Amino acid sequence: VTVPADLDRRFRDAAAASGLLDVAFDLHDSPVGPLLVAATPRGLCRIGFDPEPEREAERLAHDLGARVLRSPNPLAPARRQLDEYFESSRRDFDLPVDLAGVAAFQRAVLEELRLVPYGATATYGELATRIGRPGASRAVGGALNRNPVAIVVPCHRIVGASGSLTGYAGGLERKRTLLDLEGGYAQLDV
Amino acid sequence: MMTAVATPPPFERFYLDTRADVLACLRRMLGRTEAEDAFQETFLRALRAYGDLEHARHLRAWVLTIATRVALDERRRRRPVPVAEIVERAAPDGRPAYAELADLAGSLPPTERAAVVLRYGYDLAYDDIGTALGSSAEAARQAASAGVRRLRRTT
Repeated sequence: VTVPADLDRRFRDAAAASGLLDVAFDLHDSPVGPLLVAATPRGLCRIGFDPEPEREAERLAHDLGARVLRSPNPLAPARRQLDEYFESSRRDFDLPVDLAGVAAFQRAVLEELRLVPYGATATYGELATRIGRPGASRAVGGALNRNPVAIVVPCHRIVGASGSLTGYAGGLERKRTLLDLEGGYAQLDV
Repeated sequence: MMTAVATPPPFERFYLDTRADVLACLRRMLGRTEAEDAFQETFLRALRAYGDLEHARHLRAWVLTIATRVALDERRRRRPVPVAEIVERAAPDGRPAYAELADLAGSLPPTERAAVVLRYGYDLAYDDIGTALGSSAEAARQAASAGVRRLRRTT
């Protein structure tokens, strides 16, 4: 027996509409490769570069609850805004972000990071200072490396003290692409 | 010694693993058209309860019991029900032959039909069938054998 596609889709829609899901996720094609996009009822909780939904679903279930289902409707606004961002018709995301599963220090880093504007960059040290922890740039780097909501929480805008790209969980190639898109990296003296 | 108990997998994994069985079970009990509504209802009920599951054991049996309850509710609501497709595959030795049962066009009472389908179509234990039917393992065994006897009488 094969479950017809329309029946499958109707269940996935109904599950999202029921409000019973801990996490809805979907895959989204982008110029930096397929993205896995996920949201809780409170907001976006994941944009990841691992296109393997099985593995990411395991992590989401572990972090946020077992009721994790691929369901397109709740992700439609995020997918639309990502498309607009990659078409350079959007500079700021108007999406709630749910960082409830994130520890306090990392949350402070990520919330401060959201204030770094489109097209700009900051260094790890600057970000550490802004959250009142000057000298904690290594810890800030660790927090950014585990950023669960890439792109929308713009960890690609954080660079080394010399202006070098340094690290990026999605790989330096993606970081360069995102900064080029925003026009910020070209201004860096590397 | 403590044994590690696996927690339930993501609902997505569970759904992908069991959806075909659930749909097949519902089609056998309700027919093709009504099975679709029941399919949605089954997985919504499963989703509602899924967050409270403490382990990953017997998930297939668990969802088939939910499907059975949904189908029984549906059958109580809508009667009469055409019966023809009760069992389709060949059975292992020692069980009523599917070929023999499959040709039957008569209608079993809902509980007997559910017990027969779950026992011989899905190889569920009587404990699980009892849970699905809201009764005991012994009552499930009796319902299954009464169903088989009734089917045999009509051949």
